[in-house]
Amino acid sequence: MQTFSYRSVSTVEEALAALASPTARALGGGTDLIPMVREGRRQADLVVDVKGIPELGRLEIDAQGNLTIGAAVALHRVYGHPEVARRWPGLVDAASLIGGTAVQGRATLGGNLCTASPAGDSIPALIVHGATLIVAGPAGRRSIPVAAFCIGPGRTVLGPGELLIAIQVPAPRPRSGAAYLRFIPRNEMDIAVASSGVALQLDAEGHIAAIDVALGAVGPTPIVVADAAALALGQAPSAEMAAKLGAAATAAARPIDDVRGTAAHRKRLVDVLTRRAFMAALHRIG
Amino acid sequence: MSTLAVTTTLNGETVTFLCEPHETLLTALRDRLMLTGTKEGCSNGNCGACNVILDGTLVNSCLVLAAEVDGHQITTIEGIAGPNGLHPLQTSFLENAALQCGICTPGFIVASKALLDKNPQPTEREVRHWLAGNLCRCTGYDKIVRAVLEAASAGATKE
Repeated sequence: MQTFSYRSVSTVEEALAALASPTARALGGGTDLIPMVREGRRQADLVVDVKGIPELGRLEIDAQGNLTIGAAVALHRVYGHPEVARRWPGLVDAASLIGGTAVQGRATLGGNLCTASPAGDSIPALIVHGATLIVAGPAGRRSIPVAAFCIGPGRTVLGPGELLIAIQVPAPRPRSGAAYLRFIPRNEMDIAVASSGVALQLDAEGHIAAIDVALGAVGPTPIVVADAAALALGQAPSAEMAAKLGAAATAAARPIDDVRGTAAHRKRLVDVLTRRAFMAALHRIG
Repeated sequence: MSTLAVTTTLNGETVTFLCEPHETLLTALRDRLMLTGTKEGCSNGNCGACNVILDGTLVNSCLVLAAEVDGHQITTIEGIAGPNGLHPLQTSFLENAALQCGICTPGFIVASKALLDKNPQPTEREVRHWLAGNLCRCTGYDKIVRAVLEAASAGATKE
């Protein structure tokens, strides 16, 4: 492993001062960063451990029902929180299938976002739940919708010296449900060949009032299916609607052939996964 | 790149050791503290051979820097047996012949201990799901799963 210095910080200000160095890297759970540095895929002269910053370890639901997840909160805390599991099921689907138990004891949503893998499971789920990221940097704080965060494989809109602080997930809307599904060739412990997240809301008459669909591992970044709303809004949910959304997912996907699957397979997969995630989200409406 | 002093509670005892900032907990356990029960398999979080319990949570020690455990509590395979002998999980692994070459066994036992601490009566499905991050290239897993389920039904509680 390449050598580096280590510093544990306890405030955002300390972290930003340390991260001002271009070769410094923030350390959350370390499940991506440590093997990447070991294998020479990331350079680091200074590793800044941000887990000691209280704001990055928060997991709170406020009086309005909005969820704040600190960037360094480990996945097992997210899916192990009964209220989070009940209110944000699509996010919990994703958090519970990243890595195995020991990885989930350490890995964070913040790290999954900042690694910005096209196959990062939490990202489509956070997009359909309407999540926003709070980022601190030399110029102060800003918020970024998750859908605008990733700009390429391993690349995000984070600027030099910026640190992801927290993920804010709005309270679930009335009569809403969500689900995230992926395809892997094993039962557990693998990277998505393709994935789909769906969140939807019904109005009082049972028609679709809101719908969001986002896909993973079928493009350089997660892909939002922009046509979903036009296909579904104002109509009663049905298997025909699920099929139309699946076709829209296939049309929106921009997959490549790689070691995990072919482009053609991935286009087919996002059709099936989107239909199933739509039906699963619908069934979850209480 | 200065050497760091790390103080941790390791298997119930306060221990201070020196390490390099880039050193993993796995390396520190094996090469500095001579606790070689924790094994190195893949060193990238896929195999679970290096599992330890950190503040009550199962982790891969290859994915934790030694410097990160300052002030924290660690249980390794060496801390699983009680003062009166083997932990029921260890006995059950022996009785079920839930190992062949043995390199994955410490990780499986530590992971299973973390499971039973959290869920004393898991179903077979829950055991298989929990242990998905532990790889064994010899047994085919059935004996391991059986050993964990037998230890659970015999009441292998926290020690």
